[in-house]
Amino acid sequence: MTKQVFEGIKVADFSWVAVGPQVTRELAEHGATVVRIECHRNPDTLRVSGPFKDSISGIDRSAFAAVYNTGKYGISLDLNMPKGQEVAKRLVQWADIVTDSMTPGTIAKWGLDYESCKKIKPDIIYYSTCQMGQEGPLGNFGGYGMFGTAYAGYCQLVGWPDREPLPLRNNYTDFVAPWYLACALIAALLYRQRTGKGVYLDQSQVECGVTFLAPIVLDYIVNGRIAERMGSRDPYMAPHALYPCQGTDKWVAITVSNDEEWNSFCRVISDPDWTKEPRFSNMPGRKENERELDRLIAEWTKNYTPEQVMTMMQEAGVPAGLAQTAEGLFNDHQLKHREHFRFLEHKVIGRHAYNAPAYRLSKTPNHIWKAGPCLGEDNEYVYKEILGYSDDEIADMLAEGVITTEADVPSVLAPP
Amino acid sequence: MDLADEKGLLCGKILGDLGADVIKIEPPEGDPARDIGPFYKDIPHPEKSLFWFFTNLNKRGITLDIETADGKEIFGRLVKSADFVVESFKPGYMESLGLGYSELEKLNPQIIMTSITPFGQTGPYAHYKATDLVGVSMGGMVRLYGESDRPPNRISAPQFYFLGGLQGALGSMVAHYHRELTGEGQHVDVSCQQAVVLTLMNAAETWDIYGVNYRPTGSKAFYARANPPGPLLVRYIWPCKDGYVFTLLGGGAQAGVITSSKALVEMANREGMMLELKDYDWASMDRMTCTQEEEDRHEELLGEFLLTKTKGELFDEALKKSILLIPVNTSKEVVESPQLAFREFWVEVEHHELGDTITYPGWPIKASGLPRYKPQRRAPLIGEHNHEVYVGEMGMSKDQLTLLKTHGVI
Repeated sequence: MTKQVFEGIKVADFSWVAVGPQVTRELAEHGATVVRIECHRNPDTLRVSGPFKDSISGIDRSAFAAVYNTGKYGISLDLNMPKGQEVAKRLVQWADIVTDSMTPGTIAKWGLDYESCKKIKPDIIYYSTCQMGQEGPLGNFGGYGMFGTAYAGYCQLVGWPDREPLPLRNNYTDFVAPWYLACALIAALLYRQRTGKGVYLDQSQVECGVTFLAPIVLDYIVNGRIAERMGSRDPYMAPHALYPCQGTDKWVAITVSNDEEWNSFCRVISDPDWTKEPRFSNMPGRKENERELDRLIAEWTKNYTPEQVMTMMQEAGVPAGLAQTAEGLFNDHQLKHREHFRFLEHKVIGRHAYNAPAYRLSKTPNHIWKAGPCLGEDNEYVYKEILGYSDDEIADMLAEGVITTEADVPSVLAPP
Repeated sequence: MDLADEKGLLCGKILGDLGADVIKIEPPEGDPARDIGPFYKDIPHPEKSLFWFFTNLNKRGITLDIETADGKEIFGRLVKSADFVVESFKPGYMESLGLGYSELEKLNPQIIMTSITPFGQTGPYAHYKATDLVGVSMGGMVRLYGESDRPPNRISAPQFYFLGGLQGALGSMVAHYHRELTGEGQHVDVSCQQAVVLTLMNAAETWDIYGVNYRPTGSKAFYARANPPGPLLVRYIWPCKDGYVFTLLGGGAQAGVITSSKALVEMANREGMMLELKDYDWASMDRMTCTQEEEDRHEELLGEFLLTKTKGELFDEALKKSILLIPVNTSKEVVESPQLAFREFWVEVEHHELGDTITYPGWPIKASGLPRYKPQRRAPLIGEHNHEVYVGEMGMSKDQLTLLKTHGVI
């Protein structure tokens, strides 16, 4: 096997929940040695969020917690104890990269903020990621991606103009921020290689979200227009909607961007008389009468499956696609071809699905080899082989509770 | 060398933000992405697209018809001194011009070619066309948003190609790191559909483990649980006196949520509201087992209280007492955010062709010890840097440039 891209890069991963761990997963899947530091006494939010194996909650039972941590070594360590902080500093000494995704100020209490780490290792590369950024009037807001998504302007843009704004159930900005940070982190590694200097990166997840709304933000800045939610309509295209298909809760997206596509679309639906009505003869007319247009199209789509509509439209050059459910994604022909879902054996959950990256590298592909670790799964390897502690020292740290165990899990989290 | 259209423009933009010298190569008549709205002062014009302005910030621009023999030859010369080629043509198009990765690699073994397409370079849907709505539908995103009595929704601002562009930038950077160490270039093949799947949070896992699909259920949102007991419907967005706020009541294993719920109830109690929940044990509340009736009763009490307050009053208290509550912002409120202003997120970009300076969203990551992010240039006008690049840097004569222009190559 070719040498992996980040082989030799060492990461002390103090980040948690979704954003920070996805960045280090990207490094781990390309060869970096990543040690994720967690504690049984205050487990990662994702470890207490489902889906859980057999619907029974438990810190090692959540697939949600596992999928962002492939290829990492997991250790348990209580950073609230002085000895825990001493161990953590040994990891910093070992590492090229240190990560933090706590509420601002938290990591400094443990003496593990950038300035402290820099004293231990002057060329350390360090990132902090949180909703708002490290400083500022809202810097103390310690929320999750669902809050950042609302603040960045997304909820306002989901739903229908005659109804309330809607939550984005996927905490969307949590899945924009990591890739920006990973780009900056790689740039920082190259900067260190060139200059010998470390870098501190301070990411605002809200700002990442705002960049993905740049066109409408600029529309406000330049034209004073405040963007509104429009269901699935588009300001420039019609038809542009999700249409009901044969069966229950089956939908297909069809969009028509110009007259050529409109003509192809009409041919696919066998040119019914209404398509020749003058009000539908050009884009402004179709846009103005889109409610009626959508009703007429739905009369046609409901006779077919989403797959049939998609295939007929695509063969005629009209953009169309079925609205995949999660179940559908596992059976999606294209995602199968791309080997998007990869299955790994997790020590507690068993065999379950992991995601491949959206990019395929022709010469240095990613390598998914280790399921997300159970809490403390790799204690022995990391404490002995990486940090050089003796069996006696490890036994002492276990006895003192510095290395935490399942017995330290708060009773509220213990399985019934 | 950025050949991408709207499907891949963000990739080159991000590489430019990180300091690369990005040259946008457009067909002589201009890139079709210049027709994408909204437009400066609402004037549809290829030099006034706000979408184009943002996605081509920091790039220089030249025109070149790569379908002509001369155009191919010139492109080949550009590739020899380039680090990246970014493109988003239909799979097979670059190969049909003799400009596929295997050809470019011969010209420059270090080249990284990043191809950004809706579904990737190969596979049964590789040649399918996708707009934003089609793309986010096939990636599963629309199944998370919407009302239960209407069709599913997308986000009313296109995301599909931004997601693909960002993944393209990341794949390019991983490949770049490898090249810096080894001198070896490679081909980066991006699927925007997969980029969408990566944003679905735990939706795929919820199917994989529980056999349950997320579904849109309006303002009472779907909280996935296995059957039985089945999903819990939870309100996150609440009307208040002057708009909406985002908050929740809960607890269980999440210490921050317990603190937040207690503080929120205390705030209401001071006004004589939500008294029923005064001594509620939030640590014992578990979303996995909570009944819908219990959830609905909490929400009824909270809803009554929030209606008596403004967004500002609620958010001030939230910041003081670590309550997980935040305003649901409009684009106007995002632009006016004191936090983004404090972080100096916004950057001013001069558009002398418009006689104007426009405020843009900046770079979302601060780096210590490095200069503050500042765009080096606004998006290029059509062919703006033809002379600079072809004559100044490639050493063409002015006569050659004129000849190529006459023949429609440039």
